[in-house]
Amino acid sequence: MTFLTIFLVFLLIACALMVERTKDLLSAIIIFAAFSLVLSVLWLILQAPDVALTEAAVGAGITTVVMLAVLAKTERYER
Amino acid sequence: MDNRLLKTMVQLLLPFIQLYGVFIILHGHITPGGGFSGGAILGASLILYGLTFGHQETEAIFPEKVSAWAESGGAMMYVLLGLFGLIFGASFLSNLTAGFAAGTPGQILSGGFIPLLMIAIGIKVGSTLMTLFSALIEGEPS
Repeated sequence: MTFLTIFLVFLLIACALMVERTKDLLSAIIIFAAFSLVLSVLWLILQAPDVALTEAAVGAGITTVVMLAVLAKTERYER
Repeated sequence: MDNRLLKTMVQLLLPFIQLYGVFIILHGHITPGGGFSGGAILGASLILYGLTFGHQETEAIFPEKVSAWAESGGAMMYVLLGLFGLIFGASFLSNLTAGFAAGTPGQILSGGFIPLLMIAIGIKVGSTLMTLFSALIEGEPS
């Protein structure tokens, strides 16, 4: 369990850094969804299933769709 | 977009997603989750339908007028349930002191009026997310 937690925390940090680094905004949105998914599993490990449920529904689902809808009205690549 | 595989999969999956959302709303007082989580899942299922089948068909099944009424009605239901406490001589949103039946612990019918509050929050959150999404999609194309 401890190894899994450490691995997930490093994965979370890597996702957060890549969201900031990448120039392709579509990739950034998908990485942000992965970030939310990893964070949701971490909430479950920290014994907060209520927060994990909300994070999975809102963070990985709704936020991604809303950001994609905004991206469809702008350009895909950051200048 | 006309993708038969996507449409069939969404048609198969949608009842289960919505059943899960309703389950989380109705069990909000005895299991993890509650009105907000279940409402977000219901709103996500409606958004999934809207993404797959387009704006016109979503408008035919879940019109914007119904969405607006559900949104206002959920908030109104919450406030009216809170006002029951004031009518029966207790403070706003008071539960058992206002005379709501307690029920047996662990059953669905327990916790006074908390299940009704959860239903109100679920309706409000689900329709709000759908309204947000259709307002974003509807705007003029760039």
